[in-house]
Amino acid sequence: MSTENRDPHGREVDDVTGTETTGHEWDGIKELNTPMPRWWLWTFYATIVFGIVYTILYPAWPLVNTATSGLLNWSSRSDLSTAMAAQADANSGRIEAIKSKSIEEIAADEQLRPFAIAAGRAAFKVNCVQCHGAGAEGGEGYPNLNDDVWLWGGTLESIQTTLAHGIRYEQDDDTRISDMPAFGDGILDNEEIRDVAWYVRKLSAQEFDAEAAERGETIFVDNCSACHGDDGGGLDDLGAPALNDALWLYGGDHSQIVAQVRQPKHGVMPAWEERLGDTTVKQLTVYVHSLGGGE
Amino acid sequence: MSSVSEPTRPHHDVDRHDVEPVNADPSDKPLYEGRKKIFPKRASGRFRRLKWIIMAVTLGIYYVTPWLRWDRGQFAPDQAVLVDMANRRFYFFMVEIWPQEFFFVAGMLVMAGIGLFLVTSVAGRAWCGYTCPQTVWTDLFLVIERFIEGDRNARIRLDNAHWSLNKIAKRVSKHAIWLVIAVATGGAWIFYFADAPTLADQFIHGEAPTVAYMTVAVLTATTYVFGGLMREQVCIYMCPWPRIQAAMLDEESLTVTYNDWRGEPRGRGKKRKAAAGVKTGDCVDCNACVVVCPMGIDIRDGQQMACITCALCIDACDEVMDKLGRDRGLISYATLSDYNLNMAMATEPGSGRIDPDRVHTDDGHIKDGFRHFRWSHLLRPRTFIYTGLWVAIGIAMLLALGMRDRLEVNVLHDRNPVFTRLSDGSVQNGYTIKILNMKPEPRTIRLGIEGLEGASMSVNEINDEPARSVAVPVDPDKLRQLKVFVTVPRDRLAAGKTSFTFSVDDQSDQEHDSYRARFEAPEN
Repeated sequence: MSTENRDPHGREVDDVTGTETTGHEWDGIKELNTPMPRWWLWTFYATIVFGIVYTILYPAWPLVNTATSGLLNWSSRSDLSTAMAAQADANSGRIEAIKSKSIEEIAADEQLRPFAIAAGRAAFKVNCVQCHGAGAEGGEGYPNLNDDVWLWGGTLESIQTTLAHGIRYEQDDDTRISDMPAFGDGILDNEEIRDVAWYVRKLSAQEFDAEAAERGETIFVDNCSACHGDDGGGLDDLGAPALNDALWLYGGDHSQIVAQVRQPKHGVMPAWEERLGDTTVKQLTVYVHSLGGGE
Repeated sequence: MSSVSEPTRPHHDVDRHDVEPVNADPSDKPLYEGRKKIFPKRASGRFRRLKWIIMAVTLGIYYVTPWLRWDRGQFAPDQAVLVDMANRRFYFFMVEIWPQEFFFVAGMLVMAGIGLFLVTSVAGRAWCGYTCPQTVWTDLFLVIERFIEGDRNARIRLDNAHWSLNKIAKRVSKHAIWLVIAVATGGAWIFYFADAPTLADQFIHGEAPTVAYMTVAVLTATTYVFGGLMREQVCIYMCPWPRIQAAMLDEESLTVTYNDWRGEPRGRGKKRKAAAGVKTGDCVDCNACVVVCPMGIDIRDGQQMACITCALCIDACDEVMDKLGRDRGLISYATLSDYNLNMAMATEPGSGRIDPDRVHTDDGHIKDGFRHFRWSHLLRPRTFIYTGLWVAIGIAMLLALGMRDRLEVNVLHDRNPVFTRLSDGSVQNGYTIKILNMKPEPRTIRLGIEGLEGASMSVNEINDEPARSVAVPVDPDKLRQLKVFVTVPRDRLAAGKTSFTFSVDDQSDQEHDSYRARFEAPEN
């Protein structure tokens, strides 16, 4: 230690560099007290000035209930609304086109179709999933929109009408209405209802009681075929479901068919045009039509 | 303390207290240090020549590349090197890279890393000294400075001179040219990201995107400030590279070295000293190595962090050695191990002092047995391993590039619903299929199902009648997303999951890709 160089103030000076040390030492390695470059100091001052200017221009200082808003009056919320407005502006041409074109024209248009499907998917997630499910897969009493069964028709036009005016939605004059009578209210007795249900099972190629189904056939022709057709094929115009296929809105078990004949359940869907407007209904139509069962 | 200052009596009956106030000036050393001006003198020699060539090549590549054209047909840009951010494509001559092929860029970065290890293990901080943009642009700015203000001595005189019309004119023109270069540097950068001629036209007419002007402004500022005003300060204080690169050296790495074993004891007036019987080394202490140094350091202090190993001191010293008729290489590229061996031979075993007589022959040349630069320094296990790795990765990348698909298919099975029963009892699955046509030409791709007997598919917008395969037109250099429904009739259904394959084929060039997918059916 005695051979160390020292400066006039008694500070230790490093032999090799001639720089004084800070006196800090780690495992024999001593820290040199190299001065910072002066420009570094100026950049430090510049950051301070920048910071002050920033807090004047932008929201910064917390107050009791709010914060200073800054001279530029900037906020992320206004940024968002600007961005949203710009996006809406960018889409306005396609929105106008959807407004003015028929649903077939929209679906056939290479540019409009993907846009309508994307917009329809978004509208579906907000307005439709509550009943039809997130994947439009439906449930008992709520139609699955992915399959090829359509109570009121699966063409673009039919879907649009159904969406626009709803089903059994009394506030809308043009709503889809079908009203299957409650055959349990004195039209058919329990025995007849059970027989006709067995016949319906036969129509749909399910297991059935042959004897009862034979009796049920007459009952079906007299009471049901006017709407559901002689072969049980249904009729879209009346909203009468096909009874000879594999899909059942309220279930295809004998007891479920009996229940539906005796005291039918009637689903209701609101009319969406007055709520969402024509454009959104068109977008929803193209989306629903694209799900795999569109006709 | 007491050993430094003995207390003295201010007056015969007053004792002086031995105390130091807390606010006493601890040192006259300033906390911050201003930049010391450096006026590098022009060097000439083989390394300076090499640096001129490297400067011309690197600057040429930088400024010219965006203007090179490359014909890719009508459906892709014709700029040879283009980073197309908006369309997410990267073009490099015959290579086009999609974002999912970014691993090629990652591979290039790995190669750059290993290349750096290789170069550093061979020749130390060669990157810093020859090719770093900071070095190249500083060099360029120095060319301008010399052209306008003259070489070192003239510049020092001008710097010390009072302000005059002459001085103002020189300074203004120097900074003006610097700024022009800086704008050109920033300007060249943006042309890599858009069609260069179009953007240049827009830029001049004030129609270019704001980000283009901002980028040029920022790069102009950094080029001007770093190349013109800060120079060596960037290397010493701002750059982490010297610390990293210095750590990658070993004792076999060539680095710019002052060979003090033959230079010391340095001194002027050698003949006089020789006459007086004082032994001296080769260094005449002319400071030629210091005046040419762009970092303003003295290489004779040994290896140091501020040295970027630009080798200009070698040129300067060789010139002096030539003049004196001595052997070149007083400052040279040398390895630490050679240096240590030479040093051991040059020093007296006992005292450790350098003895010029052990180094020099009577006529002043270096004795045999001392080690000098040899090309064989380059050949050692470390460099072989690095080179091998570098080449292996390069070959792997080239092979991958040559064999990569320009047609791909990706399949995403619908998750909700997983399957849909249809009215005739068949089961339908929905898939989102993406067909990637990575060629800049329109193609008709045949999308088909392999396996899954009896199944057929219908594709929105493509076919109404279910089929086993469909022809899908795909736009050039585009991805086409399709909604595909696969249906298996009731009598062919298998419960649960069944694997099958979606295949895509381009019949015109036999390109093929496939995707293993699953068909889901009810468990009963």
